[in-house]
Amino acid sequence: MPQSNTEYLQILPFILMGSGIVISVIIEMFYKKSEPVLGWFSVLLFITVGFVSLASINDSAVLFNNMIEVGGKPAIFNFIFTFGAAVMILSSMNYISKYGIYFGEFFIIVQSSVLGMMIMAGAKDLFMIFMGLELMSICFYVLAGLNRKKIQANEASMKYFLLGAFATGFIVYGIALMYGSSGTTSLPYIFENFSSLISNVLFVTGLGLFLIGFSFKIAAFPFHMWVPDVYQGSATTITGLMSTGGKTAAFSVLIIMLSAVFANNAANTFEPYFAGISVLSMLFGSIVAIAQDNLKRMLAYSSIAHAGYMVIGLAAGNQDSVAGIIFYLAAYTFMNLGAFGVLSIIEGKDDTLLDINSYAGLNSKSPILAAFMALFMFALAGIPPMAGFFGKYYVFIAAIKSDLTWLAIIGVLSSVISVYFYLRVVVYMYFKESTVNFSIEKNNTGLLAVVISGILILVFGIIPDTLLNVIISVLNF
Amino acid sequence: MSILEIIIITFVKILFIITAMLLTVSYSVYFERRISAWIQTRLGPNRVGWEGILQPFADVFKLLLKEDIVPEKSNKPLHTLAPFIALFVAFSTYAVIPMGPEVTIFGYKVNLVVADVNIGILYVLALTSLGVYGITFAGWSSGSKYSLLGGVRASAQMISYEVSMGFSIAGVVMMASSLSPVAIVNSQYGWMWNAIVQPIGFITFVISAFAETNRLPFDLPEAEPELVGGYHTEYSSMKFASFFLAEYANMIIASAMIVTLYLGGWQVPYIDKLGLGETLTTLIQVGAFFAKIGALIFFFIWVRWSIPRFRYDQLMNIGWKVMFPLSLLNVVWVAVVLMIFN
Amino acid sequence: MNLEIILFIVLALVAVVSSVAMITRPHPVISAVFLILNFFALSGLYLLLNAQFIAVVQVIVYAGAIMVLFLFVLMLLNTNKEDNIFKQNKALKIFAIAIAVLIFAQVAFLIFFSSPSDALNSQVAESVQSGTIQQIGTKLYTDYILPFEAAGFLLLAATIGALVLSKKKFE
Repeated sequence: MPQSNTEYLQILPFILMGSGIVISVIIEMFYKKSEPVLGWFSVLLFITVGFVSLASINDSAVLFNNMIEVGGKPAIFNFIFTFGAAVMILSSMNYISKYGIYFGEFFIIVQSSVLGMMIMAGAKDLFMIFMGLELMSICFYVLAGLNRKKIQANEASMKYFLLGAFATGFIVYGIALMYGSSGTTSLPYIFENFSSLISNVLFVTGLGLFLIGFSFKIAAFPFHMWVPDVYQGSATTITGLMSTGGKTAAFSVLIIMLSAVFANNAANTFEPYFAGISVLSMLFGSIVAIAQDNLKRMLAYSSIAHAGYMVIGLAAGNQDSVAGIIFYLAAYTFMNLGAFGVLSIIEGKDDTLLDINSYAGLNSKSPILAAFMALFMFALAGIPPMAGFFGKYYVFIAAIKSDLTWLAIIGVLSSVISVYFYLRVVVYMYFKESTVNFSIEKNNTGLLAVVISGILILVFGIIPDTLLNVIISVLNF
Repeated sequence: MSILEIIIITFVKILFIITAMLLTVSYSVYFERRISAWIQTRLGPNRVGWEGILQPFADVFKLLLKEDIVPEKSNKPLHTLAPFIALFVAFSTYAVIPMGPEVTIFGYKVNLVVADVNIGILYVLALTSLGVYGITFAGWSSGSKYSLLGGVRASAQMISYEVSMGFSIAGVVMMASSLSPVAIVNSQYGWMWNAIVQPIGFITFVISAFAETNRLPFDLPEAEPELVGGYHTEYSSMKFASFFLAEYANMIIASAMIVTLYLGGWQVPYIDKLGLGETLTTLIQVGAFFAKIGALIFFFIWVRWSIPRFRYDQLMNIGWKVMFPLSLLNVVWVAVVLMIFN
Repeated sequence: MNLEIILFIVLALVAVVSSVAMITRPHPVISAVFLILNFFALSGLYLLLNAQFIAVVQVIVYAGAIMVLFLFVLMLLNTNKEDNIFKQNKALKIFAIAIAVLIFAQVAFLIFFSSPSDALNSQVAESVQSGTIQQIGTKLYTDYILPFEAAGFLLLAATIGALVLSKKKFE
């Protein structure tokens, strides 16, 4: 059936984002020194789209013949994606010329990837999930290898592409089986008949393959092989986006796919699977991160561990856990982007100064950066008044509610392990003498990005209950 | 009509078209030589028969009697297959091109087209996109670097120009709101020829057609000064003749496509207003179709002997940076025209 | 036996034989040739299912464009004989066969043992009706307009990505 005009008005965030991409292409085409213009234009675009999405948080609707959902949960995800991307662009503005990828296309590809994430978070149809996923993934493959003169970047891009394509293969095969057994790609229809479909072997196989594919995308343990090399090889700010936006988008799809489980309190068939990968990811990420001296690599392993904590919420499978995951994702996005922002300011030419020794005595060189880095590390470790703590707290509480106390205990244990390597950075910054001699370049936009993420984390940490209530109020299963 | 009758009628049509194609192809070679001679004030072949009219038959006999040389390093099955692909593609495209309106012969209503399929245009596009295989296989299987270069050039060139060709056709399809060539011809009633309604699309299609048929100024796959004979360097005897025939058959197909899509097919403007008899009208219309094709073939030959060859990078630049945007522009133009007049 | 079944058997045989030939030929270019043949057989099968549009698109896109690019690369690389990876790694061969058997068993299960739901049957009937290009166009521009537009952005992003990765002027 043809769409009404109000429907076009309701998907305004998507239309804005799409026209933003097209306008950026035109700017890039006709304007010689397009890079600064495109940078600020992207920031403006992301913030506009974020606020437009947030404005419609209370009137959720499923539009375009059951294709996409706007308002409600997707609005929160859109906020995370767009603000995260805005912060990332701010950190990138100076960084990309240092890294050697000062192209206008960089901003266009970031915008496209955000559009892909938004489509994933709002998807109400398997088609839309696949389209959004591919849009996001292809942009990430390109971003990872954007500097084709760097061998590590090429390696990162190649590994990411091959394993990403492999994961996409799983997802498509899963979608095919789900379509074959249910006869539709429309998620609302699948959810209606979920209780009968879940006894169908083919449907469960399909859903299982689908979940395995997305476990690649969220970087959970047995499917994490690509993470350290890709995160280390790509440009720092790009890694920031991949580890936050990409992970958030993948989690949003997992939440959508399992919302039938969360809604009807149907038997959570995949609880053992999720419990297994969460335990493995948490322990593996936390333990291996201890041995890392390169901060990007350390953050890569820490991102595996964080994926593990979030998967606890999926294993718990109730409304509270979903709200907890969303809160955790929001907090994680900004603390990780902040940490990568600091890294990108300090990083020198040709991937130098990423070692933890470069951070020794940072306090004397730049007290502001040291303070914010400490803030992000505390947040990532989950020290109580920070946002990271509440993210973990909500997820663990939800797990205990679902009689998964043992999972919560392992989660707490592994966070205790992780405190070691996060605080090691703080110790280096404040209590060690500097051994490497370098000067920090002036980078106002980068600093702005760090400050914004810091403020957001503090806000999340001060009023977590209010935010959680907002999230719970818009969850509509 | 019983199935048997349909089969017989179709068979007669196919037989007619194959004969006509083979004759026109051989004679277009003759005409090419004569016209080129005329353009360059030479004589051209004029010894065999009156004014050299039997020259094509002499040529065919010569090629038949020649030794068929297959190079030692070649991949023999593919080397043999390639000319057949080229010929098959060239001849089967003709199945969907309408030569005239529906006529009644011996009490049977006959459409003057072998197959009136509703996706005829896509069928043509599919076959032209396969045409590249004949050349590519020939180039690769010969095991010679000149052939390989010719084959690689051909595939790059044909893919590049297929894009703008497809988009030019999109304008025509939008105008007729059908993919059937019969419907497209019918939609160009009177002076509503697509060449007049969408001149940009007409120009891009004609230029792409030149590139698709590998004719000068786009004959880089067989550029003699650089590549000896291009993809057919290592071919001789009837296999070489097959490529030669396929090239001219492609030229005729391209002309027929241009006539069908842009020049009104068999339509003659306002002929039905003259009050001629039905038989006479049909005859004039079929005649007009062939006359238009003839004029276009002359145009093809004329261009070949007047314009020098492009350089390879120029060819690619024209394909992607000029033809492609222009053909997109044409789609927009047609959409605007349709919005205003519908 | 009616014409349809005879055609189906012929096309299916061609498809199976060509795909087996494709994976067993040592030379990559010959493999590509068999793959093209396979695409043709598949396109014929689509025609039998009244999916004319898919059939023609199969030829135009896969056989006409993608495989030409494949051949293009294979010819430029001019690899003469592919080293048989199975000879270097025996375990890989067993793994590959296991995966193939698994997928075959699953397809066999789908066809012979699973009872498709009623919804699926009605959808199959509907899709046989809607194989014509007019109906595909109508569906694409009404029900599926959003995935269609998303695919547009996907292609745009992929194009820009390819261009930026192969940028000539790389400071």
